Amino acid sequence: MFDLLASLGRFGLHKLAAFGQAGIILMQSIIARPAPLQMLPLLVRQIYFVGVLSLIIIIVSGLFIGMVLGLQGYTILVDYGSEQAVGQMVALSLVREMAPVVTALLFAGRAGSALTAEIGLMKATEQLSSLEMIGVDPLRRIVAPRFWAGFICLPVLATIFSLVGVTGGALVGVEWLGIYEGSFWSNMQNSVDFYDDIVNGLIKAVVFGFVVTWIAVFQGYDCVPTSEGISQATTRTVVYSSLSVLGLDFILTALMFGDL
Amino acid sequence: MLSVFPMNRFDDVIIDIKQLSFSRGERAIYRNVDIQIPRGKITAIMGPSGTGKTTLLKIIGGQLQPDGGQVLVDGQDVPRLGRKDLFDLRERMGMLFQSGALFTDMSVFENVAFPLRVHTDLSEEMIRDVVLMKLHAVGLRGARDLMPSELSGGMARRVALARAIALDPDILMYDEPFAGQDPIAMGVLVNLIKRLNQALNHTSIIVSHDIQETIGIADYVYLIADAEVIAQGTPEELTRFSSTKVKQFIEGLPDGPVPFHFPADDYQADLLQGS
Repeated sequence: MFDLLASLGRFGLHKLAAFGQAGIILMQSIIARPAPLQMLPLLVRQIYFVGVLSLIIIIVSGLFIGMVLGLQGYTILVDYGSEQAVGQMVALSLVREMAPVVTALLFAGRAGSALTAEIGLMKATEQLSSLEMIGVDPLRRIVAPRFWAGFICLPVLATIFSLVGVTGGALVGVEWLGIYEGSFWSNMQNSVDFYDDIVNGLIKAVVFGFVVTWIAVFQGYDCVPTSEGISQATTRTVVYSSLSVLGLDFILTALMFGDL
Repeated sequence: MLSVFPMNRFDDVIIDIKQLSFSRGERAIYRNVDIQIPRGKITAIMGPSGTGKTTLLKIIGGQLQPDGGQVLVDGQDVPRLGRKDLFDLRERMGMLFQSGALFTDMSVFENVAFPLRVHTDLSEEMIRDVVLMKLHAVGLRGARDLMPSELSGGMARRVALARAIALDPDILMYDEPFAGQDPIAMGVLVNLIKRLNQALNHTSIIVSHDIQETIGIADYVYLIADAEVIAQGTPEELTRFSSTKVKQFIEGLPDGPVPFHFPADDYQADLLQGS
C-alpha cells in the first residue's frame, strides 16, 4: 500500500518537475530570442520548414473535408428543402471548428513530430552541447525560432484550410449538386460574422499553435538522447498535442459560444 | 599520499577544482577531488573507461552541475554562475567533442565559420581567410564544401577541432582527440595540439586513452580511478610511481587492481545457469 502511494507520489513529482521545466524552457524561449537581425533569417527558415512544407497536407485535407461537408450537408438538408443553407453550414463548421482543430492535429503530426525529432537528434549527436560550449544558448538559437515559427504558421495554415474547404464545399454543392450559386454564397455571407466566427476561430488557432509547438520543442529538448528516447518523444508530441488540442477546443468553444 | 600531491605546485593556475563531488544515481564519479590546471600548459586527464573524464570536462564547461565543491575558472565559480555569465565564459573556451558534434545542416566551411559569425564582426573576406587557415591546419581545406554526412569519423573530429580553435580560445578541452585517427592524421594532430599550445599560449586539457601520444605532449598528467586522483605529476614523475594501479594503466596490463570485467557473478556458474 505504502509502495503504491510512494510510486504515485514519485509519478506526480516527476510530472510536476517536467511541467515546471517545460515552463522554464517556454519562458526562456520567449525572453531569450536572438537579436532581431539574427532572428529573422532563422525564423524565415523555420517558417519554411514548419509552414510552407505543411501547405500540401493542409490544402489537400481542407479541400476534401470541405467537399465531404458539402456532400453530407446536402444529403441531410435536402430532405427539409433547405439545401440553400449548405454554404452557411460548410463555412461555419470550417471557420469555427474544423479549420483550427484539424489544422492543429495535422500540424502536430507533420511539423510537431519533425520538430521533436530534429531537436532530439541534435541533442543525441551533442550538437546542442556543442552550441553551448561555443557560447551560444540553444534555447535562443534552436528552440526560440522554431517556437515562434509554429506559433505564427498555425493561424495562417488554419485560414488557408478554411478558404480551401469553403472552395471544396462550393465545388460539390454548386458545381456538382446544383445548388443555386447566389443563395449558396449569400447565405454564407449573411451568417458568418467576422468577430464571432472568424476571429474566434483564429483565436483557437493561435492557442493551438502555441500549445502544439510548445509541446513539440519541449519534448525534443527534454528527450532521452537515444534512438528509443527520440522515438518515444516524437510519439508523445503527437499524442499530447492531439489530446491538448481536443480538450482545449471544448473549453474555448464553451467560453466563446456556450454563453457561460 | 597527500605529500605526493602538493597543493600549489603551479605558479599560475587557470582552473582550480576544489573538493569536487559528483555522482550518477548511487555511483560516485568524483569524491572530494582536487585538480589544478596550470595556465598555458597541456594537462592530460587519463584513466580507465567510465571513470568520468568526459564528465570532468562537462563540469568545467558548466554543462553538468557537481554535487559539491568549487570549479574556479579564472576565479569564477562555474557551478554558481548565472546563465549569461556562463555563456560569456564559454566564449573563452573551446571543446572538441568525442563525436565531433558538427552541425549537420551546415557545410564544413560553415561549421568552422559559425563561431566567428556569432561572436565577431569580421568581414566575410576575413572569415573566409580565417576558416581556410584553420581548415588547412587540420589538413581539410579541400573538404570545405562537404557536408558532415560525407565525412569519416576521423575527418569530422578534425573539422570539429578547426571549429574549436576558430576563436583562439584561452582554454581548449579535447575529448579523445586521437580516437579513430589513422597514423598520419594522429601524428599531425599530436603536433598540431603541441604547436597550438606553444604558439597561442592556450591552456589545453586532453582526455585520452592513447597513453603514448598524450604523455608525449603533456606537461602534466592526472590519473583518475575509483572516483579520485590516484596519481599526478609530469610524465617522467608518473613513470616512477610504484602503485600497481598506476603501473597497470601506464603499461596497459590486463591483470591488476583495475578489473577489465564489469562486476558480475562467477563466469562458469553464469553459463551453467542457462542449462
